[in-house]
Amino acid sequence: MSEQTILRIENLHKAFQNTEVIKGISFEIQEREVVVIIGPSGTGKSTLLRCINLLTRPDMGRIWLEDLEITAPNTKVDQVRQHIGMVFQDFNLFNHLTALQNVTIGMTKVLKMKPDEAHQKGMWELERVGLVDKAESYPAQLSGGQKQRVAIARALGMNPSVMLFDEPTSALDPELIGEVLNVMQKLAEEGMTMLVVTHEMGFAREVSDRIIFMENGDIVEQGPPKKLFYNPEFERTRDFLWKITELYGKQEPGEA
Amino acid sequence: MLDSLVIYLQRIGPDLLQGVILTLELTVVALAVGLLFGLPAALARVYGGRGPRSIALAYIEIFRGTPLLVQLFIVYYGLPDLGLTFSRMAAAFITLGMNSGAYQAEYFRGAIQAVGSGQMVAARAIGMSQMQAIRYIVLPQALRLALPAWSNEAVSMIKYTAVVFLIAVPDLMGKAKILAGRYFNPIEIYLTVALIYIVLVAAATWIVRTVEIKMQTPGLELEVERH
Repeated sequence: MSEQTILRIENLHKAFQNTEVIKGISFEIQEREVVVIIGPSGTGKSTLLRCINLLTRPDMGRIWLEDLEITAPNTKVDQVRQHIGMVFQDFNLFNHLTALQNVTIGMTKVLKMKPDEAHQKGMWELERVGLVDKAESYPAQLSGGQKQRVAIARALGMNPSVMLFDEPTSALDPELIGEVLNVMQKLAEEGMTMLVVTHEMGFAREVSDRIIFMENGDIVEQGPPKKLFYNPEFERTRDFLWKITELYGKQEPGEA
Repeated sequence: MLDSLVIYLQRIGPDLLQGVILTLELTVVALAVGLLFGLPAALARVYGGRGPRSIALAYIEIFRGTPLLVQLFIVYYGLPDLGLTFSRMAAAFITLGMNSGAYQAEYFRGAIQAVGSGQMVAARAIGMSQMQAIRYIVLPQALRLALPAWSNEAVSMIKYTAVVFLIAVPDLMGKAKILAGRYFNPIEIYLTVALIYIVLVAAATWIVRTVEIKMQTPGLELEVERH
């Protein structure tokens, strides 16, 4: 299996006012790879994700999506974003649309699919996240976990080449986290390329291929979960990992 | 007693009916013109660059910061000096409409901001342009949120239109003034007219309330109720 580089980030910088939030980050993600980013809050993890789909403009550095440099001046950002799925901490479902319409509106308005085609694909995406029976429900009628699964289906509906998850379970009640992690694990098993910012150490350990530990806007260390948990190069990495595991790590995917 | 009431109504009825029709016409046109100015002004204030934002702000502040009557007199009596002459009706439509637009702009702006930036970000994240996001995601929600405030505006407009009798537009109030002069019975005429305004306002309130209920998004009823 020849694996293509899906995402390549080179020397990324971003500052807000005079505070440098991202200080020259570089890394790559291969096709089918699941990468988890961890690190203390305020470290620039969310900003990094927002830079990757250009919701925030990086100050310096370059980003490639497959062979296309998306930080090039003439990039059509709306087109680029179709290929990068994004899942937010607070779901951001479209409140006036049903679950199904949330999934199909991008297909019909952005991808210009025919309504019946979009309907079919929308139902299939809801099936993937286990919510076909909620197709006609509005966001206000769904639980947090269900909302987040619809949000995942909405992103999947655009056939993205990579999915970005920005703390997808942080706004959820503990008993609802499992169902979202399960969906994410299933996606990973299906071969979706994923970049996940999370504190869920169970997910990081069981599902990810690689963990990136970020602190103060820079990558401290990265590697396979086993290495980072049991044999990290920096004491700081070990401290953080085990501290977070104590706080959040109880929930394993598949446990719910 | 009953006979004299019938005779009284027969005398003033046709004139008042014409007045009512004109008042409703003024209200509807003013609200429509207001929507035409107010919605773009609100969008300019929230999403516009510095230029459009300042223009929208100036428009809103000027029309909200001066009395409606002053605006009406400037348009009807003042602008001809600058070579811009309007008929009475045109002056009334323009002034009421632009005045309403300034208020509507603020209702829409509040509603757009209440929708929250997350909705816009999520729409952009699936590849929508800003225009698409506004059209398909933000406005459908904002217009629902704006309905309660907007219905107040619609109801108030029925009453505001009464100022146009001062430039001799024969609306309900204008007709009342004429009839009161003709028959020397101001108390009866003006009370009758007040009653008619109340009926119009009640009807308008009922209509917008019905629309509001029809437009509610399931699961969000309680939030709308609280406004």
